[in-house]
Amino acid sequence: MTTATHVTDHAHDHHDHPSGIMRWVTATNHKDIGTLYLWFAFIMFLSGGVMALCIRLELFQPGLQYFRPELFNQFTTLHGLVMVFGAIMPAFTGLANWMLPLMLGAPDMAFARMNNWSFWLLPPAAALLMISFVVPGGAAAAGWTLYAPLATQMGVGMDLTIFAIHIMGISSIMGAINIIVTILNMRAPGMTLMKMPMFAWTSLITAYLLIAVMPVLAGAVTMVLTDRHFGTNFFNAAGGGDPVLYQHIFWFFGHPEVYIMALPAFGVVSQVIPTFSRKPLFGYHSMVYATASIAILSFMVWAHHMFAVGMPVTAQLFFMYATALIAVPTGVKVFNWIATMWKGAMTFETPMLFAIGFVCLFTMGGFSGVVLSIAAVDIQLQDTYYVVAHFHYVLVAGALFSLFAAVYYWLPKWTGHMYPEGRGKVHFWWSMIAFNVTFFPMHFLGLAGMPRRIPDYATQFTEFNTMATVGAFAFGIAQVYFLFFVLLPTIKGGQKAPQRPWEGGQTLEWEVPSPAPFHTWEEPPARELVDKLSAEQKLH
Amino acid sequence: MSQTSDPGNRQILRRLLIVAVMMFGFGYALVPFYEKICSVTGINNMMKPDVMGNTQIDKTRWITVEFDSNTRHDLPWDFIPEKKKVMVHPGELVHVQYRVTNKSADKVAGQAIPSYSPALAAQYFKKLECFCFAKQTMGGQESRVMPVVFAIEPSLPKDVNTITLSYTFFMVEGATKGG
Repeated sequence: MTTATHVTDHAHDHHDHPSGIMRWVTATNHKDIGTLYLWFAFIMFLSGGVMALCIRLELFQPGLQYFRPELFNQFTTLHGLVMVFGAIMPAFTGLANWMLPLMLGAPDMAFARMNNWSFWLLPPAAALLMISFVVPGGAAAAGWTLYAPLATQMGVGMDLTIFAIHIMGISSIMGAINIIVTILNMRAPGMTLMKMPMFAWTSLITAYLLIAVMPVLAGAVTMVLTDRHFGTNFFNAAGGGDPVLYQHIFWFFGHPEVYIMALPAFGVVSQVIPTFSRKPLFGYHSMVYATASIAILSFMVWAHHMFAVGMPVTAQLFFMYATALIAVPTGVKVFNWIATMWKGAMTFETPMLFAIGFVCLFTMGGFSGVVLSIAAVDIQLQDTYYVVAHFHYVLVAGALFSLFAAVYYWLPKWTGHMYPEGRGKVHFWWSMIAFNVTFFPMHFLGLAGMPRRIPDYATQFTEFNTMATVGAFAFGIAQVYFLFFVLLPTIKGGQKAPQRPWEGGQTLEWEVPSPAPFHTWEEPPARELVDKLSAEQKLH
Repeated sequence: MSQTSDPGNRQILRRLLIVAVMMFGFGYALVPFYEKICSVTGINNMMKPDVMGNTQIDKTRWITVEFDSNTRHDLPWDFIPEKKKVMVHPGELVHVQYRVTNKSADKVAGQAIPSYSPALAAQYFKKLECFCFAKQTMGGQESRVMPVVFAIEPSLPKDVNTITLSYTFFMVEGATKGG
């Protein structure tokens, strides 16, 4: 908490760019935009978290205590939409904005003004979602998947949600274009594609997925909109449409979307684990190929989300085998991470703890995914809490834990201060235990047949639900602790971070001072430096 | 390594934007594609007469067929089966009728959608003629008798002894914004 650090903090903002609020409104610097994305994502994470706590509060006991069923449905729907489109996706875009130019030796993102737009579209979209709670009929309550025919029937809250999705989709596409162009065209001399940090690879492939599927989602919700207001009959059975068609189009988007949220997490973990194992990433090439094959396979498995609609056995078998096949490249990744740690000089700073937590829990989520890929089992478990447990293991313990790993890993670079290590560890263990208390019992609830998205349940489910609610509140408090006892103190002050806070870090972001100055790599890094780092990472 | 002015950057931007627009179109292209697949594979053939395979009548079995009828979306029609249920042999051709009355003074179009309980029975329930194969338009105050001719495949599993055939008539006209 020294004033000296404040001076260095602000010394770099006083050139030709505006200060105060206009600095952020007119931001074109990748670091400022990255910061905006990350704060936006964190605020959305807390908002979606409050909705989740409302859901858990209602499910603390059987019976209806706190919320009307309609409001409960709105909470489940908006919790999903806010977390997916408001928290996880912007958080990874923010990370990519902050870190890609630093890691690739580029002065900024390729299209700085477009970058400003792609961020500033998000707050209005989020506002539309939040406003929809107070319009007549309330927010969308059809589940985050917005299935027809529910989505074609609800009130004006559904229209607001559709517009919000349009806006966020445009934002994601612009962000993705920026990432692709930056990676393809603006790498430092000597950094070939196969010498890029793994985070750049996963960001690149994720960006391609976004460009391929976000427009399909936009198309699907546009069809819902025209069905609602303009007399089209895409999904309206009475007019010759088919609600099942919506599910096909949605999941054609929806399954790649799963990997849009997972692949950047793989990238982060692939940076963190080698650093704290003090070894190069094991099997870099196989990591790249595994990421690409996961992305390609993700286009061929969508119907596993809808086995229960009734489809020919041949189709069920195809989608079942294709889905199970994804376990192979994912397994390659998990084994590569373990092999990276094998015989490494490991230390367990907070980023590493979150990364290891990620590997353990994501693998469990992967296993429950393999269980669900079996068509016969899936029809039994469709829409039960087993599915809820599965995707929270891959999205909370997967995507979110990797985001925490990234934040702790790069916080010294961002703020110039070391975070309090002890408090970081408390945050990790608290989150880890609370997460499992919340979501592990949901496997049992699902296997026993408790349906998801229902505000009430049979009394035999009471104990596990009570446990889950206690865990959820503990998890929520852990994130408030993170905000007030880790994040804000580290931004305000703390022990000064060296340029290279982690001795194992071998990527270009550790070659610039901490905190990273406003402008970096205006002169691209020297060829010798890039080659030396590639050699240290055993990349040829 | 310059930024926005780099012609290479602009070129990739253009290509990626074209891909994004094409994928938006692809979403719409999935609609006819899906309908084609459904008609080729016969998955979604509710609107077409079925073909009977085996016409052998199994006199040893009795199946109870119950008829249920509903209207949706404020469709101002009375829609009632003439018989609530019939007992039939598998393979036997059965003719039943529904009485439909338009209570409003205006011309209204409706489409009936069938559904079966147990759902498993759907594939054994062969409709050779049905008012649900086409949109039905009723003049003001018009009353009409609408027929269904069906037979049940003798291969119907032995544990199914009762089948409920439920029709719901939906209003077809204009924007069907519900709520």
